[in-house]
Amino acid sequence: MPNYTLNINGSSHTFSADKDTPLLWVLRDELNMVGTKFGCGIAQCGACTVHLDGVAMRSCQLEVSMLENEEITTIEGLSEEGNHPLQEAWREVDVPQCGYCQAGQIMTAASFLKENASPSKEEIRQAMHGNLCRCASYNRIEKAVAIAAKKMS
Amino acid sequence: MMNKEEYKFTFSRRNFLKTSVLASGGIIIGFNLLTACKPNATPSIDIENLNFNDFNAFIKISDEGYVTIYSPNPEIGQGVKTAMPMIIAEELDVEWNKVYVAQGKYNKKEYQRQVAGGSQSIRFGWDALRQTGATTRQMLVNAAATKWGVDASTCKTSKGIITNLKGETLNYGEVVKQAALLEVPEKVVLKNPSEYTIIGTNATNVDLDKIVTGKPLFGLDFKAVGMQYVSVLRPPAFGQKLVTFDDSQAKIVNGVSEVIKFGDKVAVLASNTWAAMKGKKALKATWKADQKLESTNDHNIILTNILDSKDADVRREDGDVNKAFLEADTVLERTYHSPFLPHNCLEPMNFFANVTAEKVHLVGPIQTPQWTAGRVAKLLDRKEDEVELEMTRMGGGFGRRLYGDFALEAAEVSSLAKKPVQVVFSREDDMTDGIYRPSIKYRITASIKNNKITGYHLKEAAINGNMYGLIPHFFPAGCIPNYKVSSGNYKSTITTGAWRAPYTNFLAFAEQSFFDELASELNQDAVQLRIDLLQNVKETKDKNIQYSGKRMEDTIRLAAEKGGWGNAKEGVFQGFSAYYSHNTHVAELAEVELKNGLPVVKKVIAAVDCGILVNPTGAINQVQGGVIDGIGHAMYGDLTFTDGKPSNKNFDTYRLIRMNETPQVEVHFVKNELSPTGLGEPGLPPAGGAVANAIFKAVGKRIYKQPFIHQIEKDKIVG
Repeated sequence: MPNYTLNINGSSHTFSADKDTPLLWVLRDELNMVGTKFGCGIAQCGACTVHLDGVAMRSCQLEVSMLENEEITTIEGLSEEGNHPLQEAWREVDVPQCGYCQAGQIMTAASFLKENASPSKEEIRQAMHGNLCRCASYNRIEKAVAIAAKKMS
Repeated sequence: MMNKEEYKFTFSRRNFLKTSVLASGGIIIGFNLLTACKPNATPSIDIENLNFNDFNAFIKISDEGYVTIYSPNPEIGQGVKTAMPMIIAEELDVEWNKVYVAQGKYNKKEYQRQVAGGSQSIRFGWDALRQTGATTRQMLVNAAATKWGVDASTCKTSKGIITNLKGETLNYGEVVKQAALLEVPEKVVLKNPSEYTIIGTNATNVDLDKIVTGKPLFGLDFKAVGMQYVSVLRPPAFGQKLVTFDDSQAKIVNGVSEVIKFGDKVAVLASNTWAAMKGKKALKATWKADQKLESTNDHNIILTNILDSKDADVRREDGDVNKAFLEADTVLERTYHSPFLPHNCLEPMNFFANVTAEKVHLVGPIQTPQWTAGRVAKLLDRKEDEVELEMTRMGGGFGRRLYGDFALEAAEVSSLAKKPVQVVFSREDDMTDGIYRPSIKYRITASIKNNKITGYHLKEAAINGNMYGLIPHFFPAGCIPNYKVSSGNYKSTITTGAWRAPYTNFLAFAEQSFFDELASELNQDAVQLRIDLLQNVKETKDKNIQYSGKRMEDTIRLAAEKGGWGNAKEGVFQGFSAYYSHNTHVAELAEVELKNGLPVVKKVIAAVDCGILVNPTGAINQVQGGVIDGIGHAMYGDLTFTDGKPSNKNFDTYRLIRMNETPQVEVHFVKNELSPTGLGEPGLPPAGGAVANAIFKAVGKRIYKQPFIHQIEKDKIVG
């Protein structure tokens, strides 16, 4: 198996993997960064969302061989102290029920708020529609994104 | 203090309390929560000789006064890991922010159930959790009083500090060691609800920090040295058996270490999940049918035949419905149909097992640790006390994680491979190897005479099982003089089981849609009709009727008032529904608007009577989630079968509700001081009916079938 070196959360990680291995499984199984979740494997649920150069992507679809020059950010590296305005807003609103999808929700929202600093309610609902929450904590996710947007702008 | 509730234990205090000084400082109090939560339980073992590991829940108080509460109940997102310790902390009289909550282990010697299911944790835990907190507090007070040489009854507590009449203070940490040596008091005084400082305040999810920063918490996050990831090939259709398999291509996948056949399944073991999944895809297998391969079309005919046949189990019968139907001015009969539903927990099924000569170590997300540990012991022919099971937080449960099939697979594969393994379901495995909400049909017939409902017959045709427990005695039992519930079922090869609010998740839609139609037929207001009927059950002496006419009426009135029933704005169409399940009364008012000719659910106003509200933020979250889950599955949920094969495998074709389709859910609670009941399920059942009734107002067509989306698209209003 070939070796790869990836830049994740500001530090470089070297490991060996098949070239078609999705980033999701490298993160979880090789690098022990399990905050990025497996939900569907076909980019339909958003639980595995990470950032490539700040843009939200589904890590289950990113082959490891394509990523050597990218800057990858996972939920573990979104903020140093776990205090990104979205993480703070999630605490304030008490968003999670089971909590499984929430890292992916936060990563999608973080990328979205970079693109659109003061989104409307409808823009938030459209931007977040790719992330499933099986517990349906959607009202609170929506509220937390709006609060974070306000704090960031 | 006046009006305090004095509680004398109805069973020995030692049933659930044992105290000891810790070598590391502080004390630990062991208690048997699940025995204590079932006041009628008779312990089957000698309580006096129990060791600490015989208890399943603990309070630890350090010398500094910090409190740790180990909660034994599995956490699936229903919030008990937060709410149950809040109740203990309230009576212990400590500051909530000084309490640390940890997940307790499954205890193999436990003799009561340790389950997450049925929305019962808070209801059963209420007395026991309060007693445990209050007893511990009293022992700390007694220790302080002894130290001061004063009467314990003159001492007060607040925020973990004991104060005597002279104003001297001791904090809990300063007296824990003495307290542990004292006798456990036989009587304790519980707080009056007006004195609560924690119950009724918002406590955020205890795992919130870990969740938002991506720390390991869930079953799939668990790892062990030398662990192999396992992907399992199972029969593609219900009713099939494995004939042959060829693993030559699987074995050459990088990372695959071994392929093992067990029963009708083939396990691929690998050093990472991706390799295990690739290896499974590379397996070539042949299958044969050894039972009938069933299709949805067959089920539809079979269920209709059951409804049409005279044979059925009578589950409740009051008066004479046939006579009422014969004498009626009008008879209204409607049939409602629901499909199978997969649970689709976002964390796919998984479990870790390491079977060695010494023990069987299991780790993972499970709603039924005790049952599962017992079945694993039986499967491997091991003693139950050789099975150690650790529960992780669960990425959803909804009933699917009651069944433990995935834990048995992990145990069997580990036993055969002699390695630690984690069985991981892909989404496709999870959706196609399900234990589904069964397809059901309900037929409801009602008679009207002199503009009154005189008879009501509910008939159920279901796959594999029927409505259980007291469901036949729910509303409108007791409200209509001639009333009957009967059921019949068909045994299918397709595995079925509990799905959030079993049976009522669909029955409530059928019944509450039917009442809306009855109200039209009677030319009465839909809300007033329900309130009028409820008057008939208020004085009932029937012990099977556990819903309360008064509480239901108050809940209905609250929803109608908060939602402005009958005063909808231009372009807004209202629908109403009310349902009692899992001991909680709920009413919901849905608001639908038309967008491009299609009805869109914009808002739901829910009113809930769950007694005392333990944790409002958690309670609102449960109700909002239940309502949206109920709407999502009523609108889109649909799993059909062709020759034993499920029609959907993943979220590209199986539709779950998404944020842009989600209404705002406003939640109101009926205020009272009655003992609290659960909220994991009760918000869901009324949602489908409220929405269907609002859609009727918007488009003028009744919906009799889930998922609604098929008919909504057909009935699209053009122009």
